[in-house]
Amino acid sequence: MTDHAAPALKVQHPLTEMAAMFFQNRSAVAGLALLISILLFTFVGPYLYPTDPFEMVWTPLSFPGEEGFLLGTDYLGRDILAAMMAGGQVSMAIGLAAAVISVVIGVSVGAFAGYYGGVVEEALMRFTEFFQVLPTLLFSMVIVALFGASLLTVTLAIGVVSWTAVARVTRSEFLRIRELEYVSAARSGSARDGYLIFRVILPNALPPIIVQANLMVGSAILFEAALSFLGLSDPNIMSWGQVIGSNRPYILDAGFAVAIPGFAIFLTVLAISLIGDGLNDALNPKLRQR
Amino acid sequence: MERAPLLSVTDVVVDFKTRHGNARVLDQVSLAVESGEILGIVGESGCGKSMTALSIMGLVPDPPGKVTSGSIKLGDRELVGMDQEGLRRIRGKDIGMIFQEPMTSLNPVFTVGEQIAESLRQHENASPKAAMAKAVDMLRAVEIPEAEARAKAYPHQLSGGMRQRVMIAMALACGPKVLIADEPTTALDATVQAQIFDLLQDLQQETGTAIVLITHDMGAIAELADRVVVMYAGRVVESGSVRDVLSRPRHPYTKGLIACVPHLEEEPGPVRKELLEIPGVVPALTDLGAGCAFAPRCGEVMPKCRQQKPVLTEAGDTQCVACWAVHEPAAAS
Repeated sequence: MTDHAAPALKVQHPLTEMAAMFFQNRSAVAGLALLISILLFTFVGPYLYPTDPFEMVWTPLSFPGEEGFLLGTDYLGRDILAAMMAGGQVSMAIGLAAAVISVVIGVSVGAFAGYYGGVVEEALMRFTEFFQVLPTLLFSMVIVALFGASLLTVTLAIGVVSWTAVARVTRSEFLRIRELEYVSAARSGSARDGYLIFRVILPNALPPIIVQANLMVGSAILFEAALSFLGLSDPNIMSWGQVIGSNRPYILDAGFAVAIPGFAIFLTVLAISLIGDGLNDALNPKLRQR
Repeated sequence: MERAPLLSVTDVVVDFKTRHGNARVLDQVSLAVESGEILGIVGESGCGKSMTALSIMGLVPDPPGKVTSGSIKLGDRELVGMDQEGLRRIRGKDIGMIFQEPMTSLNPVFTVGEQIAESLRQHENASPKAAMAKAVDMLRAVEIPEAEARAKAYPHQLSGGMRQRVMIAMALACGPKVLIADEPTTALDATVQAQIFDLLQDLQQETGTAIVLITHDMGAIAELADRVVVMYAGRVVESGSVRDVLSRPRHPYTKGLIACVPHLEEEPGPVRKELLEIPGVVPALTDLGAGCAFAPRCGEVMPKCRQQKPVLTEAGDTQCVACWAVHEPAAAS
């Protein structure tokens, strides 16, 4: 008769449980700490170290430490430390924006395909596969080459080529969840399609989508670096990939100018992946203890 | 019984296309629900009980299923062939439904209060605050202690019985005329089952909502229902008032179902009475022959049973039965 005994009621929000799960995971916490320090470095750093990343300050390609320039100078004699800070802002903004674009496209396509099924699903998934079989780097290069290398086109190009994974994850979750009883129950309580898709099914499909979106930020940063390395980025905007790309010809004489931004990208993507792993565990209901 | 029934289902046929051919999951099903009564639908698994409920709700999965013919009327509104928007207005508002599994019938990411409030807001233009207040009232009505605190709980924080109460609250929130309860207690402990049945009976008396109780539990039917419909292989084989059907079952299948209920009150003797069962299983709906679907399992089978389907015919004051042995006992010889 547990119904009437009414034990002391503790109502814990599921997010609290998830947060607890996440913070028990040491590598996830390490990843989060790393990401926070990188964010502080790039966004607060410029106030503490106000050097213009485009200004020529010293002899080109001088080794880190010389003349007080902690990370040395690049091929034009610009301060690499300042470039790291300014470039990090751009890299992360592009990563985030591109991930948002790919999540918006991917979730819409996947949700409608998974919910409606039939012809709609067939059409949307063929459409997805069309994007999936295109070599992503090549495709984004074509977009950037066609529309010009600006911040906006680079971001759009990355978003447009990387939404397919989100669409597939969303669709599979919708296929699973739409058959569950609480969806039938909501339907028998007269819910409209839009309500079922966005309020009933989508919130339950979110965990894998969140994990996917998080990893997407990492891969978008890498993508941006790849495009910049190939020279397909706005030369007037500093980004990590841009620093690597512009110093590439001097890699044998001044490897540090390429290695430093490379290491920054590596650390950032590592931090994001660790967080993604932690989120995956925290959001996975099978691993979460009740 | 002079009043026009609140909900009438007449000769409904539902077909499912399967790889093995067409399956007629409901065949000429007719039943009527009067306002304020409890109608029981009994039968084994796969005999069409739940499909009857889904066809009333207009939720037969299509494809592969389809209501081929027949009529379902709520008052004077025809539900078969009604457009989705019309059905949507009726679902929840005029006909509520409770599902089998309280564990999985609630959305895990919203609090139970939000879910009840949401179903209210779908039909009535209530403000979120008013809807929430009504939701707490509903939780109180289904006898959930500390309703205000429980409204903020998530489904996994409640017990099975509690969740089924929430489902009932949600189904009753808009004051439906008919409540369809599809095996509401199958997943619950025996003690909680009794509580849920009590609750349903109380609510029914308070609100006058008609209840269609789908179950395979003859005991529940005996205790709660006013009238009962016995289904087998998608057809109604017997119907009538609970008293008549339980005391004088006419169809061999009904007799079998009643005989299968174990009796606790009998003294356990040195030799225990064997539990009875109906031999065989429900036939595949894709290859029902010309005759009575129950013939292969029937103890009173006659040659005619294998050739022609029996028709539901009156047999007594309230009872109807579809069985050749009842209608043409002479043919047995």
